[in-house]
Amino acid sequence: MFDFLKKDKPTDTQSVIAPAVESTTSWTERLKQGLAKTRSQLGNQLTGLFGGGKIDDDVYEELETILLTSDVGVTATQALLEQIKLRVKRQNLNDTTQLRQALKDSLLELLAPLEKPLITSTAQPFVIMLAGVNGAGKTTTIGKLANLFQAQGKSVLIAAGDTFRAAAREQLQAWGDRNQVHVVAQESGDPAAVIFDAVNSAKAKGIDIVLADTAGRLPTQLNLMEEIRKVQRVIDKALPGAPHEILLVLDSNTGQNAVSQVKAFDDALGVTGLVLSKLDGTAKGGVIAAIAQSRPIPIRFIGIGEGIGDLRPFNANEFIEALFS
Amino acid sequence: MLENLSGRLQGVIKNLRGQARLTEDNIADAMREVRMALLEADVALPVVKGFIAQVKERAQGREVLQSLTPGQAVIQVVHEELTKLMGTENAGINLTTNPPAIILMAGLQGSGKTTTSAKLARLLKTQKKKVLLVSADIYRPAAIEQLKTLAKSLEVDCFDSNASQKPEDIARNALDHAKRHFYDVMIFDTAGRLGIDEAMMAEIKHLHDLLNPIETLFVVDAMQGQDAINTARAFGETLPLTGIVLTKLDGDSRGGAALSVRHITGKPIKFIGVSEKVDGLEPFHPERMASRVLGMGDVLSLIEQAQKSVDIDEAKKLADKIKSGKSFDLEDFKAQIQQMRNMGGVGALMDKMPAQMAGMAGQMSGEAGDKAVRRMEGIINSMTPLERRKPDLIKATRKRRIAIGAGVQVQEVNRLLNQFEEVQKMMKMFSKGGMSKMMRAMQGRFPGLR
Ligand SMILES: Nc1nc2c(ncn2[C@@H]2O[C@H](COP(=O)(O)OP(=O)(O)OP(=O)(O)O)[C@@H](O)[C@H]2O)c(=O)[nH]1
Ligand SMILES: Nc1nc2c(ncn2[C@@H]2O[C@H](COP(=O)(O)OP(=O)(O)OP(=O)(O)O)[C@@H](O)[C@H]2O)c(=O)[nH]1
Ligand SMILES: [Mg+2]
Ligand SMILES: [Mg+2]
Repeated sequence: MFDFLKKDKPTDTQSVIAPAVESTTSWTERLKQGLAKTRSQLGNQLTGLFGGGKIDDDVYEELETILLTSDVGVTATQALLEQIKLRVKRQNLNDTTQLRQALKDSLLELLAPLEKPLITSTAQPFVIMLAGVNGAGKTTTIGKLANLFQAQGKSVLIAAGDTFRAAAREQLQAWGDRNQVHVVAQESGDPAAVIFDAVNSAKAKGIDIVLADTAGRLPTQLNLMEEIRKVQRVIDKALPGAPHEILLVLDSNTGQNAVSQVKAFDDALGVTGLVLSKLDGTAKGGVIAAIAQSRPIPIRFIGIGEGIGDLRPFNANEFIEALFS
Repeated sequence: MLENLSGRLQGVIKNLRGQARLTEDNIADAMREVRMALLEADVALPVVKGFIAQVKERAQGREVLQSLTPGQAVIQVVHEELTKLMGTENAGINLTTNPPAIILMAGLQGSGKTTTSAKLARLLKTQKKKVLLVSADIYRPAAIEQLKTLAKSLEVDCFDSNASQKPEDIARNALDHAKRHFYDVMIFDTAGRLGIDEAMMAEIKHLHDLLNPIETLFVVDAMQGQDAINTARAFGETLPLTGIVLTKLDGDSRGGAALSVRHITGKPIKFIGVSEKVDGLEPFHPERMASRVLGMGDVLSLIEQAQKSVDIDEAKKLADKIKSGKSFDLEDFKAQIQQMRNMGGVGALMDKMPAQMAGMAGQMSGEAGDKAVRRMEGIINSMTPLERRKPDLIKATRKRRIAIGAGVQVQEVNRLLNQFEEVQKMMKMFSKGGMSKMMRAMQGRFPGLR
């Protein structure tokens, strides 16, 4: 019934950045396993929709349901549906199987341009600052990134820029230990000072990559948004042009608020890449489609678990397949 | 920005070209707008559908059709039904059992369980309960350390578990410890888990069986989207939940997940989290949440927060002064600015305002907001007491002195004085017309706004 999924095997994922993964199952497999369990309802919808047959209003409504329940959001869903209707007309489609392809094409058109791997060879040290709302997955992503970069033969240094949350430093230190990577931390409460130190230390030691953690913050906390801008400015003083990458970590469970998160952090910092965490759950992260329409920022990675190897480069094709599996 | 529901409905009614009344036909249009508003607020689609069906029935009733302001009547019906769905009671925590009363925390990764555990401990401590915090999160690095740190800052005991132990052993030992040391309450924090993670769901079920908690709280991130419904179902089917805690409401999410989770589990929302800090826990108010989901702003919370953080005596003095027709001077103006800062700065204030007002105040960018307020305070601080009482005295020479004292340009002093005058006018209006008139007057005259 879902044989269209089987045709597309994850192929080029590994070639972008070879992750050091201990798990044997591919992430699409894992995603599918997870998704299959709770999505039988959706599966039924899809069987009805993509099983062939004539295109009518019911089919569009089903389609709308699928997009809306994936957090694509009202505006983006409407835009996508308009596009699909246009395709149907232009290409004289008359069968729901073709409609499936039309929808995938529209989504791909939207998401494929965001599939831009992170290239870290442009600077040394290449400084990556992570930002995001509380609990999004910043610290865990740093642990995974350290593993990824080391597997590419790069040296890594971690900066414990979350000086606020209880045991944030200890949590990051644990990730440092797992990766056998040094974590620069201070007793002081000034995140800018910690990261400044780390960047200088990385310069002195010839380190390739600096990963800077920051405390979670909500865009409504203006003082904290100002604080992180200061961190950014101070990093630039330590190393002009740094941070080279500002990764905003988004939790896939998040609904439409993710759109405002991207806007707020982008306005404050100029976000250069997104990470979509927690895609191993039942949430589909469809809000990315809405984000792609309003702020097309490259999606660098997806997080698919709590383990050190559970990070993958974003692949639009796979993401779309998983969305509809 | 998202438009709020009243704006949308007004649009629908305007589109009726002159028809000021709602008919059965265009109720469908109105319901479409309600549907969109709820979806934009992240209420899960199946919940939205059920809700619309219910509201439609009432909207077709005479009370709405015969209303002279049908748009308002529809909003009212929607708001009422939404409030009903949120739960009418304002349920507190239940501790009526043989001590130790056990509270089990459950939820997705990063939803706020550990922080909420600490917040609850703090709350119960103020009620003179002897509280034990316990973490059985052996998975997330430093999770136990996090709870221990929080407990220490609260001066609440934390059970000495560690990541090499099994969660079930931690549960047994902690329970034993709590009994032997006569704790009134034991708050049991668990690792974050996905609803589809069968092993982890089995683990928490087992912990529940061991502990037999009086409260099993499901901790939900207010920013959660459509999947809230699946997660709530998974947790609700595994555990006999007794209540919900909705966290991170200090953000600008509309919080539609509240409705989804509440609908699926049927359990009351007992608390809301409104800050990362341990005092950021508040009781849940259904009607406020309904307003928030509809984008009508949380004016009630705003007022309450103002009452809480404002020095009541000071506020009363000011109110009396204004009522008695005495003039509002720069000293009062400064007190007002300070109160605004107490209320968590302009940012915190803004997200509680109705959408239109927040939009208006949105011209004030992040920096401009709080920084402007601080500068204004600085300027007033370099005035003499006499000048503050009699602002008319402040002419060119004094202005220059004040500017130098505050380290600003004279223009800024002028601007402050202009703003002061505006607010003074507004205060006069307030003493006559109350809140709504004042809000209208705030347009463009909000301190710090230009
Ligand atoms: N299932 C799953 N859990 C994840 C993933 N990424 C992070 N987590 C979990 O989400 C929770 C929060 O992750 P953190 O890395 O601490 O998030 P953070 O953004 O650093 O949080 P704060 O610093 O508190 O703002 C932890 O329990 C992580 O194990 C993921 O891809 N999948
Ligand atoms: N702004 C805000 N932040 C909150 C609130 N509640 C929790 N947080 C933050 O959200 C992040 C995650 O909170 P935790 O308490 O660690 O969440 P958790 O559910 O225990 O996470 P795991 O144990 O990793 O599953 C932390 O940065 C908290 O400070 C809240 O009400 N408002
Ligand atoms: Mg962190
Ligand atoms: Mg925790």
